[in-house]
Amino acid sequence: MIEFDRVAKRFPDGTEAVREITLTVPSRRTTVLVGSSGSGKTTLLRMVNRMVEPSSGQVRIDDEDVATLNPVTLRRRIGYVLQGGGLLPHRRVLDNIVTVLRLNGVRRRSAEERGLELMDTVGLDRALARRYPGQLSGGQQQRVGVARALAVDPNILLMDEPFGAVDPIVRTDLQNELLRLQSTLDKTVLFVTHDIEEAFILGDQVVILKPGGVIAQQGTPAEILADPADDFVATFIGAERGQRALRVEDHNGTQVVVDGRGRPAGVLAEGVPRQ
Amino acid sequence: MNLFREAFAWLFAPEQQVGADAVLVRLGEHLLYTAIAVVISAVIAIPIGYWIGHTGRGKQVAVACSGAARALPSLGLLTILTLLVGVGDAVLAATVVFVVLGVPAVLAGAYAGVESVDPDVVDAARAMGMTEWQILLRVEAPIGLGLLLGGLRSATLQIVATAVLAAYVGLGGLGIYIIRGIAIRAYEQMLGGALVIVVLALVLDGVFALATWLITRARRTPVRPGDLGGPGPAETAAGTAQDQTSRSPAAATEGSS
Ligand SMILES: Nc1ncnc2c1ncn2[C@@H]1O[C@H](COP(=O)(O)OP(=O)(O)OP(=O)(O)O)[C@@H](O)[C@H]1O
Ligand SMILES: [Mg+2]
Repeated sequence: MIEFDRVAKRFPDGTEAVREITLTVPSRRTTVLVGSSGSGKTTLLRMVNRMVEPSSGQVRIDDEDVATLNPVTLRRRIGYVLQGGGLLPHRRVLDNIVTVLRLNGVRRRSAEERGLELMDTVGLDRALARRYPGQLSGGQQQRVGVARALAVDPNILLMDEPFGAVDPIVRTDLQNELLRLQSTLDKTVLFVTHDIEEAFILGDQVVILKPGGVIAQQGTPAEILADPADDFVATFIGAERGQRALRVEDHNGTQVVVDGRGRPAGVLAEGVPRQ
Repeated sequence: MNLFREAFAWLFAPEQQVGADAVLVRLGEHLLYTAIAVVISAVIAIPIGYWIGHTGRGKQVAVACSGAARALPSLGLLTILTLLVGVGDAVLAATVVFVVLGVPAVLAGAYAGVESVDPDVVDAARAMGMTEWQILLRVEAPIGLGLLLGGLRSATLQIVATAVLAAYVGLGGLGIYIIRGIAIRAYEQMLGGALVIVVLALVLDGVFALATWLITRARRTPVRPGDLGGPGPAETAAGTAQDQTSRSPAAATEGSS
């Protein structure tokens, strides 16, 4: 469990990136931070591994104040997928994946074995192991970033727009892989995105941030959809434009679901038992 | 052309192949002085340059000191130092002069190399849990190696050219042919000596070019213009690449006049 206790961050240049946020990230669940650019998502995320020190307030991992922990050891036990990849350009893919294992003193042979398994896990062809990051596509680089974050089998996984640089198809692919992974790995995931669809797909809990680093609303996707806290949230999730208000139209006996503007969103499945 | 023929004739004459004054012996002395000075320059300048590059502090001071060091006339400095320490310790004086010459270029190469590393890459390394030492040694140093080599390259070329001065204080080296040549008006000897220095400079430059090419190729880092041809951005502080490389052989003769 990660707790943000009235944390705030004001950068030396005066930017108020985060204002008095209190938030609990439950264990073994996926919590998604979502908000427009500059709303403080990355800043909040980086407080967990002490890449950003809060100006005030406390971040606790399982009741332990992170400020009291050694940053280097803390970072080595938290998986972190950086916004934009953050791969080391002078190291091969496999070496990138096993970086932290090697730092922790795992022998090269067994680290590399584990690295190759991780490549399978995230759907990377093992043939890419000897390449340099610069020789991979954006989507492949992001998978390397995910594999690297998983390498030490951390309890906590911080993911900062890990699927930002890919086309919608690969993105869906990666999201599904993450869901599949999460169903077996059971990590405490703190995931950042500016895409509300992604937030609703992946999040057990979704936290919507407003510009200036304040929480606009938090809850399950269903709760947020059912009851947007304010106009900002309504606009952000697209409820206002009627995209979220679906209704059923009958087309020659088939029940077609359409949104507020009459665009089809799908068909109503029949004979599916209610859960 | 006649002079060149005489110079070659002198170079390959049997007298130049044996004894304490043989070309190979002088070449060895010259290389030794150069190597010692480059190694000492590196030992002094690389740690300082890495510290400046990693912390981003002290760059102003380094640039100012480098500028001052470069402005010192080598011959004047050598004369003063030799008088100070006595002719018996001329090796010390000469080494100091060559190191003063080499340090600025190596320093610039070292910090330019570290500075050239994308801040996001350093941030990522830190976020992985690398200590500051690990970031420096495993990320910044290897990525900046090309630029460091550039700095070492210009330092070496400058020192090779200036090592001619060793002969002024009785230390031999290839400069001896030039100095003696002037004294006894033996122009074929002067030119012969100068030619060997030029060839030596070109060979050393080639070795560095090869080394730079090898590491850039191995790392598959995108090759930027200047990375292969010369010291590149390191030179913003150390003068331009053309300036350094084309000056070195010329400086060999410059030092003699
Ligand atoms: N090191 C810094 N110094 C000064 N201001 C900063 C720094 N890092 C971030 N900021 C500012 O803090 C605010 C929040 O930044 P942050 O990176 O947390 O936003 P974000 O929600 O992750 O945005 P994005 O979706 O674009 O990644 C922005 O206004 C940003 O300019
Ligand atoms: Mg961000």
